[in-house]
Amino acid sequence: MPKVVTDVTCPFCGTLCDDLEVTVSDDNKKILSVRNACAIGAEKFNHTSLPGRVTRPRMRQPDGTFKEISYDEAIDWTANMLVKSKKTLMYGWASTSCQAMSVGHEIAEKVGGVVDNCATVCHGSSLIAIQDVGIPSCTLGEVKNRADRVVFWGCNPAHAHPRHMSRYSIFPRGFFTVKGHKGRKIYCVDCRYTDTARCADEFIQVQQGHDYELLNAFRTAARGEALPDVIGGVPKEKIYQVVEELKGGRFGVIFFGMGLTHTLGRNHNIDIAISFTRDMNDWMKFSIIAMRGHWNVTGSGQVLSWQYGFPYAVDLSRRTKARYQTGETTSVDLLVRNEVEACFNIATDPGAHFPIDAVVSMSKKPTVTVDPHINMSTEISDIHIPVAMVGVETGGCAYRMDNVPIETRKVVDAPDGMLTDVELLTKINARVDQLMGAQ
Amino acid sequence: MAEYLIKNGHVFDPVQHIKGDKKDIAIKDGKIVETSALSPAAKQIDAKGKSVMAGAMEIHAHVAGPKVNLGRWYRPEDKLFDSHKTPGMTRIEGGKSIPTVFKTGYEYARMGYTFAMEAAMPPLYARHVHEEIHDTPIIDEAALPVFGNNWFMLEYLKNHEIENNAAYVAWTLNQTKGYGIKIVNPGGTEAWAWGLNCLSVNDPVPYFDITPAEIITGLIETNEYLGLPHSIHIHGNNLGNPGCYQTTLDTLKLAEGFKAKNNFGRKQVMHQTHLQFHAYGGDNWGNFESKAKEVMDYVNKQDNLTIDTGNVTLDETTTMTADGPFEHHLGGLNHLKWANVDVELETAAGVVPYIYSPDIKVCAIQWAIGLELALYAKDPMRCFITTDHPNAGPFTRYPRVIKWLMSKKARDERLNTFKHTDKVIAATTLAEIDREITLYELAAMTRAGPATSLGLSKDYGGLKPGMNADIAIYNINPDKMPSDPEEIEKAFSGVACLFKDGKICVKDGIVVDNGNKRTFWVDVKVKPNKQVAHDVKEKFLKYYSVNEANYSVPDSYAPHPYVIAVDATQ
Amino acid sequence: MITCRTIKQGVGMEAGKTSQKYFDACSIIEMHADDFKSLGIWKNTNVKVTSSVGSVIVKAVETRQDLYPGLCHIPMGPWANRIVPAYTYSTGEPCFKGFPVNVEVAMNEPIMSAVNVVKDACGLLRK
Repeated sequence: MPKVVTDVTCPFCGTLCDDLEVTVSDDNKKILSVRNACAIGAEKFNHTSLPGRVTRPRMRQPDGTFKEISYDEAIDWTANMLVKSKKTLMYGWASTSCQAMSVGHEIAEKVGGVVDNCATVCHGSSLIAIQDVGIPSCTLGEVKNRADRVVFWGCNPAHAHPRHMSRYSIFPRGFFTVKGHKGRKIYCVDCRYTDTARCADEFIQVQQGHDYELLNAFRTAARGEALPDVIGGVPKEKIYQVVEELKGGRFGVIFFGMGLTHTLGRNHNIDIAISFTRDMNDWMKFSIIAMRGHWNVTGSGQVLSWQYGFPYAVDLSRRTKARYQTGETTSVDLLVRNEVEACFNIATDPGAHFPIDAVVSMSKKPTVTVDPHINMSTEISDIHIPVAMVGVETGGCAYRMDNVPIETRKVVDAPDGMLTDVELLTKINARVDQLMGAQ
Repeated sequence: MAEYLIKNGHVFDPVQHIKGDKKDIAIKDGKIVETSALSPAAKQIDAKGKSVMAGAMEIHAHVAGPKVNLGRWYRPEDKLFDSHKTPGMTRIEGGKSIPTVFKTGYEYARMGYTFAMEAAMPPLYARHVHEEIHDTPIIDEAALPVFGNNWFMLEYLKNHEIENNAAYVAWTLNQTKGYGIKIVNPGGTEAWAWGLNCLSVNDPVPYFDITPAEIITGLIETNEYLGLPHSIHIHGNNLGNPGCYQTTLDTLKLAEGFKAKNNFGRKQVMHQTHLQFHAYGGDNWGNFESKAKEVMDYVNKQDNLTIDTGNVTLDETTTMTADGPFEHHLGGLNHLKWANVDVELETAAGVVPYIYSPDIKVCAIQWAIGLELALYAKDPMRCFITTDHPNAGPFTRYPRVIKWLMSKKARDERLNTFKHTDKVIAATTLAEIDREITLYELAAMTRAGPATSLGLSKDYGGLKPGMNADIAIYNINPDKMPSDPEEIEKAFSGVACLFKDGKICVKDGIVVDNGNKRTFWVDVKVKPNKQVAHDVKEKFLKYYSVNEANYSVPDSYAPHPYVIAVDATQ
Repeated sequence: MITCRTIKQGVGMEAGKTSQKYFDACSIIEMHADDFKSLGIWKNTNVKVTSSVGSVIVKAVETRQDLYPGLCHIPMGPWANRIVPAYTYSTGEPCFKGFPVNVEVAMNEPIMSAVNVVKDACGLLRK
């Protein structure tokens, strides 16, 4: 009899929905169906049992093909690489459990690695801004229960966080928001008329790359000061109107994403968005939340912070101190300037998501990629080590975009003989100890 | 397990009333035993000319959790020149005002501490608190979930439904692996979700229409109904404002008439924390003055209160508290980066860096107030030393605070070299106080007292045979007290030897073993309560953003638990 | 040029980065109707997109997430990143959004697979 596992946490995006129901075959090996997930989450669960899954490590041969090797061989090769390299980039972490990250950090401290996570190409700009100006924020349940003014700025949850709007930000009926979306005013600021804008009451089209000026104008308007006629393609009348409407509410929140972090200005864009939010607190309750992308990039930031004091780009290569300086210890910069000797990717795909110059640099160094699936990174690595899918085949702690920790569960068994991240890293750690002890 | 005999040390133990006599302490299988129980194989530790006390107990510090971590990562400057590896069995350490978890464990142990209470755990984030507790080496820890602004509590206590509130508290302690009832700015932090506050015990909470006074008395009744090891632990309304001492007295008076009901030796019904922040007179920063004497006069007269000081150490530090509106206010005062997180149905938190400069009159007065509180305390078993780490200063300054308390010369030196010394002396009474805390009183204020207040006096806080072998040996000789007060600070900065559960973890200030720290939590059994079960189910379905089944903290997060079972089914 | 997430890109990613779904979702460029006209490009034909970094062949498609003339979009992935400048302004964040590109007709040039786009740039593609 197939069984239904309830309260399953979806391991895809920072929305970290925890109400999925997964139907599993009697022998615990196949996922039969998923309820409540969005299209992406459903694809993730349904895809685990499809044929063609890599179940053992593979090593790239001189002729470009891959040959299967044992876990022990892969672990030995990896440990040797780590011990030999003076400075290894250990990148990724955003799609694995906090328990696995802890083991990884131990290894990095021993061999001299730079531990960086996906924030480095995502919300790193936001983290820098928060380090400069702080952040007035709240949990997603507060938005659900209190928010009557919601602004989506430079983010597109309809595509990147599909259930966000129905679970938290637009549609839910909460304690003080019994009218649901009818009691909220929704604004969307973007350079394109996205599918999220379609759900908003008001769409404000900003010229690409001009968000800083527009946010600056919003701040100015909030203080009732004079504005030029058009800012970032938006007429000043519109800006005054929106700010007045915002002030008419009791609880406002801004959700923002890559439209601010990736564009010209980077951290300054978020800095001014936060400063606008802080200013608005003089008139009403206002908060701002970063739409974190991966389901556990926030977790990686948390574990790195409590262990070393920095949320990403942590350089442990001196082995006696932790250093952090964006531009110097961040992955793309390290790769482009050729400042690392080896690469260890885990729970990520820089091959597909880093700019090509960084990928070319990585391909020329000894590289190990740990990932359940074949992706662009595995194909340019020396070794690809598959592991169980966290959140599906093994559990572990994850942190949502508002930093709330939620447990992910094991729903099905991993393919026979496959290791989990924690098991793999523990074995690599032990082998590193052996090699370093012998030196 | 190893046997040890600590020989010839000067023992300070308020549990057995030993005030510095030379006495041998025997350790076997992790416990303190009679010396006669040891075999000849016992290792001898020479404590000649040294002082021996139980491991110190930190009753209130912010060392693990979401706002602590936010403080860490949003202040990379806190690690400037302070990320390093010290000799011993250590991982990389970092952070001056908000140490990383490794540094936290090592630094407490190096100062002779064996237990720390995480002061405020938002229940929704309990998992995070436990992850950090698990990663903090050597010291035992526990965490206090916050209840003072919780929606369930606000609704139950409005109708004075003590039994329901108790069932809910018990459920929460079980779900979050929490230790007791923490109250922060009762009602005011819920008001803050709308940008408002409750500045007196009679200001009603918006919508919920209950006053802080009703919340506090309701939670005292709940705590005693359940018979928890600790009393309510309260950070009262109106913290940090000139004139706030009135609100403090109003808060303390709410405990009158209540008696402690428990099987753990606890005698107080209310623990008022970081009292320094609540002992201000005047009505503006200009006439800001100390009301420590007035407040301690009241505390000394009662027998059912305990307090901790919250000493200002005059450092650059980071403030962090569940008193959300206060942090917004502070950010407005010093214009440093303000972070805030409102937590659905439960609480909020705020973080703002702060520099307690000796050049600023108000900071110097705050420093004096913290010391006055301890020096006016009649019963050192009811007045404990803290810095509300990191709010009034980093916990690594305890040796300095101890120096000021034990040496009038040291504190006069500090007092007379402020930029505005005359104004500081005029606004305080510290200059007139000659009292110097003795080593015996210190042992009460940092060991036996906190242990009793926490309901742990059976096994902790003393050196009586049968108790746990958590022992600190300091390089300070009561027969030859140093004339230079700096030597006092030095002695308490690095233990000669620290035993944790009968294992030597620190030797001459160096970590030699990471021990087997445990997570303390309280498991309360109550009668099944249909109403509360229904309310929990309903609120998770309608208002929370996580499912009820995903709320609890599984056992894997506290792999070495010390569970205190309480049976409240009567 | 901006490079962003799309729901089809997310689904394709989970189906597998070597899958047809992923190829269809990410090896495209979305442009405003006016740009199609002024550049002489037919819908659903291949184009060559060039930045300061290099070039990539993708299929030009219409989108209902309206852009404006001069603004184009390739979903995040190896085709997009083939031309994203790595410069981070010392923030660690490359120029994923807001860099200038040239788009020209390339109707007869084939689109490389996800793996090959990357391998080719790394010099690992055996011809």
